[in-house]
Amino acid sequence: MKTENQKAWFFVAPVLILVAFNAIIPMMTVVNYSVQETFGDNLFFWEGVTWFEQILRSERFHAALGRQFFFTFMILIIEIPLGIAIALSMPRKGFWVPVCLVLMALPMLIPWNVVGAMWNIFALPDIGLLGYFLNHVLGINYDMTQDPVAAWVTIITMDVWHWTSLVVLLAYAGLVSIPDAYYQAAKIDGASNWSVFRFIQLPKMKSVLTIAILLRFMDSFNIYTEPFVLTGGGPGNSTTLLSIDLVKIALGQFDLGPAAAMSLIYFAITLFVSWLFYTLMTKDDLN
Amino acid sequence: MQKRSLVPILYIFFLMLPIYWLVAMSFKTTNEILSGFSLFPQTFTLEAYVTIFTDPSWYWGYINSIIYVSLNTLISIAVALPAAYAFSRYRFLGDKQLFFWLLTNRMAPAAVFALPFFQLYSAVGLFDTHLAVALAHCLFNIPLAVWILEGFMGGVPKELDETAYVDGYSFPRFFLTIFIPTIKAGVGVAAFFCFMFSWVELLLAKTLTAVAAKPIAATMTKTASSAGYELGLLAAAGTLTIIPGAIVIYFVRNYIAKGFAMGRV
Repeated sequence: MKTENQKAWFFVAPVLILVAFNAIIPMMTVVNYSVQETFGDNLFFWEGVTWFEQILRSERFHAALGRQFFFTFMILIIEIPLGIAIALSMPRKGFWVPVCLVLMALPMLIPWNVVGAMWNIFALPDIGLLGYFLNHVLGINYDMTQDPVAAWVTIITMDVWHWTSLVVLLAYAGLVSIPDAYYQAAKIDGASNWSVFRFIQLPKMKSVLTIAILLRFMDSFNIYTEPFVLTGGGPGNSTTLLSIDLVKIALGQFDLGPAAAMSLIYFAITLFVSWLFYTLMTKDDLN
Repeated sequence: MQKRSLVPILYIFFLMLPIYWLVAMSFKTTNEILSGFSLFPQTFTLEAYVTIFTDPSWYWGYINSIIYVSLNTLISIAVALPAAYAFSRYRFLGDKQLFFWLLTNRMAPAAVFALPFFQLYSAVGLFDTHLAVALAHCLFNIPLAVWILEGFMGGVPKELDETAYVDGYSFPRFFLTIFIPTIKAGVGVAAFFCFMFSWVELLLAKTLTAVAAKPIAATMTKTASSAGYELGLLAAAGTLTIIPGAIVIYFVRNYIAKGFAMGRV
């Protein structure tokens, strides 16, 4: 049981100051920009909610948002079941466990722009391993820079490559925490593999899978560097995800007002969907 | 061999393919890369690595990255330890709200903050220093470190604290000589995560630096645009960025699964 102690604030203060410095000041800057118009020279004019209305009505924003949701949906629907399946088939003890875990975690420790560059080299049509294999061995006409479908398949495969291990590691951590006695009991009862999964393994993995889904949602929804390096949003605008579009508006066109308004809408959507996931997934615990 | 061990083997094979391709390419000559497909380097060359290790603008990129990543890990762990202790042991006004607010900072896309961060750190005179990047990365690393450490601390029974106080330990002495050693696996895991996320994040690092503290990523972009497309050099630089990650992961190999579950299994 925790004790009531207001002095605990002194322990939290350094964290609060550092994070607030990094979070609140830039956030206020964004809020400032989002309600003003500027023509340079540090001259600002009050604009109210004009930028918000403009962004919410803009076709371009709707298209980018749609692509973003499609991307995140594909990521979750592929990575979560795949991660669970791999975790289930992993050895539980012995020499190979750390070897598997280290090798699986490796992609997550590669800087994100290197991941993009690596997949770019890997997918080059004539001189990349993947591109060469698809074009010259399987005879599929594959060129990521020309064909939107190929570009989409490539960025999704890249993300599966990059982040499925996170789900594997989380699910695996949940699995190894199940005592052997549970499995023995299931064996005595003559439970099928499916019921072992459904009634023993899945409930035990629930809390870690909640973390996995939340992390994968937030990170795939905010993804920027890897697809930007890999496709640059192209061909055309076909892989321009929300953050890529945002950076184009903010730094490419220097439209600070609309970019700031878009940032806030973007952040609000991420917060809302994360909260929704969290509430839905932990609802049973409350009852 | 069991049939089901085929799944992890195939998966690891899939993970290693692009990495193999990057490493193989780093040992090829530019001519060989551009002239066509070859599965193994035909004329094995270390040219790209020699360039990186002899040109200061290349190897300083690595040194800069390692400096700000280490600095960030130190700051994050140092401030997160007492805060995580407070969250795991005490109830105080606004504790739940504060904890949730800390976690929301992981949800803010870095792309949103790039420009305001540039203005903020220019205003306080830290632009283009290692400290600027280390402090900026605290935005997502401190909440993560607090979260992980709180998970590990929750597993330590409160009786440990009480016994120490009965034995006449002062709080700082108890915290440093008993409590931290007890959760050293958690500290290791938290440090690993701080290192990892600071090492892989490059958008903010690139925005906050120009020359003196430029990370390796920025150097790589320069090569890609200015000197044609020197794929061999790019591949060698990429290969070298994998090595620090591989080293730190080796140290936490036994805690890695529990660590990724944030100590919550």
